[in-house]
Amino acid sequence: MSETLLQVTGLKKYFNVGKKQILKAVDDVSFSIEKGKTLGLVGESGCGKTTVGRTLLRIYEPDGGTILFDGQDISHVSKQKSRELTKKMQMIFQDPYASLNPFFTVGEIVAEGLQIHKICKSRAEERERVNELLTMVGLSKDHANRFPHEFSGGQRQRVGIARALALDPEFIVCDEAISALDVSIQAQVVNMLMEFQRELGLTYLFIAHDLSMVRHIADQTAVMYLGTLVEYGDTNEVYSHPVHPYTQGLLSAVPVADPDYEKTHQRIPMDGEVGSPINPKPGCRFCGRCRKATDICRTETPVLRDMGGGHRAACHNV
Amino acid sequence: MKEHLLEVRDLRVSFDTYAGEVQAVRGVNFYLDSGETLAIVGESGCGKSVSVQTMMRLLPMPPARLKSGEIIYEGKDIAPLTDKEMENYRGKEFAMIFQDSMTSLNPTMRVGNQMCEGIVRHRKVSKEEARKIAVDMLGQVGIPNPEAAFRRYPHTMSGGQRQRVMIAMALSCNPKILIADEPTTALDVTMQAQILDIMNRLKDIHHTAIILITHDLGVVAQMADRIAVMYAGEIMESGDARQVFYQPSHPYTWGLLGAMPNLIQDVKSQLYTIPGTPPDLYAPPVGCPFAARCEYAMEACLKEEPPEFAVEGGHTSRCWLLDPRAPQVTPPEGIPALKKGGNDHE
Repeated sequence: MSETLLQVTGLKKYFNVGKKQILKAVDDVSFSIEKGKTLGLVGESGCGKTTVGRTLLRIYEPDGGTILFDGQDISHVSKQKSRELTKKMQMIFQDPYASLNPFFTVGEIVAEGLQIHKICKSRAEERERVNELLTMVGLSKDHANRFPHEFSGGQRQRVGIARALALDPEFIVCDEAISALDVSIQAQVVNMLMEFQRELGLTYLFIAHDLSMVRHIADQTAVMYLGTLVEYGDTNEVYSHPVHPYTQGLLSAVPVADPDYEKTHQRIPMDGEVGSPINPKPGCRFCGRCRKATDICRTETPVLRDMGGGHRAACHNV
Repeated sequence: MKEHLLEVRDLRVSFDTYAGEVQAVRGVNFYLDSGETLAIVGESGCGKSVSVQTMMRLLPMPPARLKSGEIIYEGKDIAPLTDKEMENYRGKEFAMIFQDSMTSLNPTMRVGNQMCEGIVRHRKVSKEEARKIAVDMLGQVGIPNPEAAFRRYPHTMSGGQRQRVMIAMALSCNPKILIADEPTTALDVTMQAQILDIMNRLKDIHHTAIILITHDLGVVAQMADRIAVMYAGEIMESGDARQVFYQPSHPYTWGLLGAMPNLIQDVKSQLYTIPGTPPDLYAPPVGCPFAARCEYAMEACLKEEPPEFAVEGGHTSRCWLLDPRAPQVTPPEGIPALKKGGNDHE
């Protein structure tokens, strides 16, 4: 039996948007990730997937629920403790242009965490560690003295990965880490992330809207809709036998690089747009767009139920 | 020979910058027939947007410079036309939709008024009639309550709605060619499916030809009749959609197809990657621009640029591997489409 690294129960994050309106970005989300595995978190923009990632790393203070990391409750900890945690939990950001300080050299960016946590005893040791990290991500040590603007998007994302790996973390949140990159560069970065996972035993929360890439990288997949999880289970199960109408619609909307498949493939129509997470009404948040919605969907909020083998879905009609 | 609706021959566009000349488009040839969809595929910086923006005369010149090339539209070369003369083509004969709907719509004008501008100019109708056309188009692209949408400002709409407005605006003058530059890249998959669906439906109704620029091979498979794969300012491979997907013959196309993860099957193998990065177009390499990243590169590839080889039935590829003197190679494993389409590399 493998060990659970992260156990999230009933996580809530609300934002006060004024005029007594509350934006429920994350509302009662529960999941767990095993050590050395990857959980893919997918959903449309605005569904709260980034907020989940940020709340786990305590960039946001959760408004409810518990986060157990390595058996330890980290949902409400002191500033000092939370600084300790950054050694174990790191993040790779979406935008490789905005997430690197343009005034720092690449070496300084990668070394910043080492300095804050006083990991290295001497300057020489620090330099060595930085060089080692840069080599790991496929850059050369000469790159340490250059500035971010001298690099391409793919190379910058490698710098971001080197920075995340600097403190030997156990858990990394990859927040749309590859969506800003070109197809061929995406493949390079994803292969690299998977290789590090095998070698260093890393655990990932892989947040993305690219459903094909999530299928490729994730062991388990969670589908989010307007702040709630609608389906959750082994990646293969979720992709081959999606049970929630939203997951079915979402998967069927993805264009596949195969003209013959596209010609015969019937899309499940899903009209309309994502509703607003501000002061949501009770009931299923997807019911306005759902083909199968019945009266109960409009009044009662569905909860995740087991469909067998750990595959869970929150829908009244399955 | 049959005349094409649009034919672009030997298009070369450079940008003069302080650092020197960037050769963004280096001898591009393609054609478009009415009613068909041509997809131009490639990674950022390969010159796909510059090619069509030159055609639309949207690039500021200078710094951009048309070095050579003919753009033959309905039998007439429009490349030498003045900007003033181009105004009769842009919007009326070709219309364009862009990736970023927020910055391409005028934020200070109501949606309807922006639409009417073009309609009054090109269709020579009264304001009242233009309004009717605009409202009708908004309805056709699936905007609920088009009358109300006519009076709204772009910022009050969602990304998907604004993209619909752009399509409505582009098609309101019945253009013969619709150029869509990454029309769905900024949208979620569900919205993307809706927008692509609208484009396909309206294309059939209005008999519009589409040039679709994208980097998403899934979108290409869904939309394209023909495909041109661009790299470093050149078209490396072109042909019918099925030819390019099922019998790709250029190593760059193999790389692009292999780098795509598979949605349908569970394949946990490594993605095929193209090592390195695209060449610097300040000083494009001698020989094949892809040679430095190509695992099949031969000596000839580094010395001389490959000509366009005909594969079969309109399918062409710029690769020395197709020369009869070249060794036979098999494409790398892990290209999903290849397995299905049989192997014609024997």
